[in-house]
Amino acid sequence: MSFFDGFPVMDADTLTALKKAIDGGFRAFTREFGATVEDFFLPLRSFLIFVERLLVTTPWPVVLVVIAGLVYLASRSWRLVAGAVVALLAIGYFGMWEDTMRTLAMIVVATLMSVAIGIPLGILMAWSAKARAVMLPVLDVMQTMPSFVYLIPVVMLLGIGKVPGLIAVVIYAAPPIIRLTNLGIRLVDKDVLEAADAFGASTWQKLGKVQLPLALPTIMAGINQTIMAALSMVVVASMIGVQGLGQPVLKAIANQYFTLGVFNGFAIVGIAIIFDRTSQAFGRRLQKHREAEHA
Amino acid sequence: MPESQTSIEIRNVYKLFGPHPERYVGAVRDGGMNKAELLDKHNHVLGLSNVSLDIEAGHIQVIMGLSGSGKSTLIRHINRLIEPTAGEVIVGGTDVRALKPRELRDFRRTSAAMVFQKFALLPHRTVLGNVVFGLEIRGLPRDAQLERARQWIDRVGLTCFEDKYPSQLSGGMQQRVGLARALANDAPILLMDEAFSALDPLIRVDMQTILLDLQAEVRKTVVFITHDLDEALRIGDRVAIMQDGELVQQGRPEEIVLSPATSYVEDFVRQVNRGRVVKVAALARPLAGPPAALRMPSALSLADAALRLVEARLSFADVTDGKGAVVGRVHLDEVVRTLARSAGEAEASDDPPARLAG
Repeated sequence: MSFFDGFPVMDADTLTALKKAIDGGFRAFTREFGATVEDFFLPLRSFLIFVERLLVTTPWPVVLVVIAGLVYLASRSWRLVAGAVVALLAIGYFGMWEDTMRTLAMIVVATLMSVAIGIPLGILMAWSAKARAVMLPVLDVMQTMPSFVYLIPVVMLLGIGKVPGLIAVVIYAAPPIIRLTNLGIRLVDKDVLEAADAFGASTWQKLGKVQLPLALPTIMAGINQTIMAALSMVVVASMIGVQGLGQPVLKAIANQYFTLGVFNGFAIVGIAIIFDRTSQAFGRRLQKHREAEHA
Repeated sequence: MPESQTSIEIRNVYKLFGPHPERYVGAVRDGGMNKAELLDKHNHVLGLSNVSLDIEAGHIQVIMGLSGSGKSTLIRHINRLIEPTAGEVIVGGTDVRALKPRELRDFRRTSAAMVFQKFALLPHRTVLGNVVFGLEIRGLPRDAQLERARQWIDRVGLTCFEDKYPSQLSGGMQQRVGLARALANDAPILLMDEAFSALDPLIRVDMQTILLDLQAEVRKTVVFITHDLDEALRIGDRVAIMQDGELVQQGRPEEIVLSPATSYVEDFVRQVNRGRVVKVAALARPLAGPPAALRMPSALSLADAALRLVEARLSFADVTDGKGAVVGRVHLDEVVRTLARSAGEAEASDDPPARLAG
């Protein structure tokens, strides 16, 4: 009856050997290709550093005006602009301007990367049932696997720094935009698609003139969620050396500095709200034709 | 504009819906299996069964039937939005089935434009943006696109609405956009799939008038799907009636009304006011004897003809063609008999046995 007494476990020696073999294999891979992988991400690193320098070294009033201008362009709402300016002024006054700029740089680059990867993948999923069958479990893993777990191989490969942090953020932040691009394209009215077919539209013409424009509100919702997901990864990313608002939070956790934690936490909340309201207002503006009154 | 030279021939088309239509098409075509048996035994739906139809260039062919009769399936065979399981569709001498993907796209861009029941406009584009859509797909220069689109927007009476979005327009106006979008393509064939069925009755009559006015000018080969007999008779140069995927009768509107081929067609035709639909030309007989004291055009309706004869206190009149030449003679008693027979038949067919026989 020993079968029922305890779960039948793999032989301890075999298990250890298996773990060792995988670890050894990955370590060998790292030694062999670590430099190559690092070189591959070099342009990304330069871009991230460029954006960060730009935000940190530009005089703060200029940055403030540019951000206010962008918020206005996207939302056309003075209330939102006022809210954003007040939040940023408060952040600066409490001495968190530079950290906030670093975090902002990280979020912007991570979002751009997520969109650049996510929209094509989402389109692929909408077009091909096979791609969808492969992608769905991958997306589930990306969103639910504790980030510390995939930080291990990333750090082994690339060491500690901005790029591994960025990769960790993108792994967590890209799934919403992929999922919602797929969903948006699948939800496009079949009658309209048939009309495009009847007029002889090619696959790309259908994508560009019908599917993407009609899916845009849903895709915008995906971008919004991607930004939020990226922000929520700031503290985790700071554990592998990403500078910004996450590091003081980390320090606060280690040393029980309550106020330091709360201030930086609220700074993150502040930018999150600015991003969220602005991108939502932009999304609403994109579908103004839907709200139009019946003549 | 020149009359369209493009005729459409549909030959022995079968369409089965299901995972393996090619396996069972033989059983239907050669084994005589019917719709219910096919569904029962092989779980395939018979969409079209041995449909053959010649559609004349430059005329309006109406295809009529109840929902589920296969009329929308049939019209989609013409531009191959639906592939036939067996049979041929020949448009202007081209076998549509043999077209390769690129050729098919070109065919759809240049040869057949379509108008849809639910309008199928692009909600994110203005009226102008919608009407240029087909021309954009064809890759015309932007100036030409806009010029031609504006011309058709004017023609369907939407001049001031160029910059409105579809959601800002009423149903009738949206379908005018659909019509303008199709006409802007200047294809010889116009496919209209229940194009006016979603509109209010008054607007529908309005749109029919617009279509007839335009057709007098552009003379396209129009295939018009409807479930409304009044619409069919008003618009169609020829009418074909479908039931359960089969073509049960085709002919000129009068032929359908005067001699329905099956009880199904009879059911359709019963409500029709023959006095309005049938023209005196249908009752004209060869001339005999001296000329009559009254002349009437061949396109006059029976009701009007009867009225004129009674008012003139005459028993017969001469029928003239479009140029005024006498082509035949029509007698009052025959006009009255034809008008009266519709009422008589309607009573007779209320008999249960007559129904069962059908």
